[in-house]
Amino acid sequence: MSFYCGVDIGSTWTKAVILGEEEKSDYTRALVRTGISFEAAALSARDEALARAKLAPEDITRTFSTGYGRMNAEFADGRRTEIACHAKGAFHSFPHPCHVVDIGGQDNKIIQLNASGAVEHFLMNRKCAAGTGSFIEEISRRLDIDMKRLEELAENATKEITLSSFCTVFSATEVIKLIREGENPENIAKGVFNAVVARVTEMGTLGGKVVLTGGVAAAFPIVAQILSKATGQEVFIPEHAQFTGALGAALEAKTSS
Amino acid sequence: MPKLESLKKMKELVAGHFTGLDAAAKDPARKVAWCTSVGPVELLRTFGFEVYFPENHGAVLGASRKANDYIPRANAAGYSPDICSYLTADVGAFLAGETPLTHGYGLQSVPTPDILVYNTNQCRDVEDWFAFYARHFDIPLVGINSPVQVGDVTDELVKTLVPQYEELIPVFERVSGIKFDIDRLREVMTDSAETSRLWGEVLGTMAHRPSPMTFFDTSVHMAPAVILRGLPEASDYYRMLLKELSTLTEANVSAVKNERFRIYWDGMPVWGKLRELSTFFNDVDASLVVSTYCNSWVFEAFDPSDPFNSMARAFLELFIARSDKAKEVIMAELCEKFSVDGVIYHDAKTCPNNSNTRYGLPQRLRERTGLPFTIVYGDLNDLRCFSEEQAKTSIEAFLEQIEGGRG
Repeated sequence: MSFYCGVDIGSTWTKAVILGEEEKSDYTRALVRTGISFEAAALSARDEALARAKLAPEDITRTFSTGYGRMNAEFADGRRTEIACHAKGAFHSFPHPCHVVDIGGQDNKIIQLNASGAVEHFLMNRKCAAGTGSFIEEISRRLDIDMKRLEELAENATKEITLSSFCTVFSATEVIKLIREGENPENIAKGVFNAVVARVTEMGTLGGKVVLTGGVAAAFPIVAQILSKATGQEVFIPEHAQFTGALGAALEAKTSS
Repeated sequence: MPKLESLKKMKELVAGHFTGLDAAAKDPARKVAWCTSVGPVELLRTFGFEVYFPENHGAVLGASRKANDYIPRANAAGYSPDICSYLTADVGAFLAGETPLTHGYGLQSVPTPDILVYNTNQCRDVEDWFAFYARHFDIPLVGINSPVQVGDVTDELVKTLVPQYEELIPVFERVSGIKFDIDRLREVMTDSAETSRLWGEVLGTMAHRPSPMTFFDTSVHMAPAVILRGLPEASDYYRMLLKELSTLTEANVSAVKNERFRIYWDGMPVWGKLRELSTFFNDVDASLVVSTYCNSWVFEAFDPSDPFNSMARAFLELFIARSDKAKEVIMAELCEKFSVDGVIYHDAKTCPNNSNTRYGLPQRLRERTGLPFTIVYGDLNDLRCFSEEQAKTSIEAFLEQIEGGRG
């Protein structure tokens, strides 16, 4: 029996996936905080995944790394960008022509896939992290509300607000203004998610089906609802959205020789 | 790529250019003009001016990674971080009383000018840039105010520009103390035309598969075409370089170790990252075989028998001054001639005129040619606007996309 490992070393979280010969949807996963050492995070995520799968490092036929820290995973046999891996992972879960929207900790990507899953075009956000996972973290800190509660609040919003700035810091200033004006936290919380979607839709046109991947999609399904409403498209979230890149890396490891 | 003998020669030429300028600036009998890189250099040389190019100084500041030491100084003096970072780096260095020419060529300062001459065919920033020095030195500031977004360069349009060139003559006569001599202008134009032709041939060698040079090499080799235009030394240099390049193409020597991808680089270099990006592209087997930036110093229109009309035409035909429709046609032709696999656009934060990403051109060119593209966000000089990590990820993903498309 052969096993393949994919490690996605992101700016905030490091994800590991182990696949066997059979491609089950409930593949082995592990998630660790990236912290200050990409190499240590990659090893830690892989080892945790190995432990869960009851495997040893030598049981893995091949490992591929992806994400910001992909070059730091020296134990990996190959490396692919997060664009290639999100494309591969998303197409595995949703094998149709589509636009993959990945909302990560530091950046957003839109990847256009054709009927065979090949990347036709991709876009990355410009340098500011507005509209990314870091943006949600920053605003929840400003609001002094646990991130996990943001979605619950947003669901009870009575008014649509959008934070319009391209800059996370300036968006935080907009939030302060809303607080000063007495806006209720529910509406502000919804505004945060509206802003996440607005930063994505202004990057490029989303035609056809949309697959939403990344940690933000996994933690806040409301983003998919808002994105669907904004684009008029059906938005599909893979079962383990945060692991899409790592899954793609594992699939790359499996198909590469 | 093997080290070329020509490079040694070019270093000598560039050193001679700066030390010559320094000597001229110190000699009351000689006159120094500062000119924009696509300004009326030929006309200035006719009057015996030694010509210095602040844009070249801007690039030297960028390449020596000094630009970010000086840009904040110009920002603080009222020159926005959003305007040309050649301007802000150059003005900032001037305000600091420093120049990399001291370390490189022993100059105590940039050569003091007697006149400033611009052409706004590149952008309006050059006029404001030179206006700073006109106020400081209290010297004449003259130039050509060129139309922008030029579509077809018609004879009628050319004719409207010619009087602006002619009006420079009395000013140049007064500052230089030399009478205008059209035969001397024809001689200078002959040298410029020859330099342009040879520089075009040099760039043409990159159509060979594998390419003997990349954009990173041509960004260096273009120096004589810019700063020595109108002088016979520039043509001599390119003859020497061409000879070496033909040996390389005959032997199929590749500039990158394994040319798997041939890429069009649109926009300016990131001067402070030339070495890193050159190494990176080499590592990922991609050769940047054509660029509109380096092609901008190929002036096909130069005609010594009709100097004023041809000068006006050549400077109107400049890529940066053209409409998006004209640019699309030019780029499509270059993509075909150089057999590229895709286009990388450098969107330079402080140079909107040299960033062809902002009005849908990449999408239209993709439709026209079927070639994929990606955009790298950065800047020519201001490294605060460039994320190396994000740029590299974007480029790597782009190459993966091209590879995937090959099946």
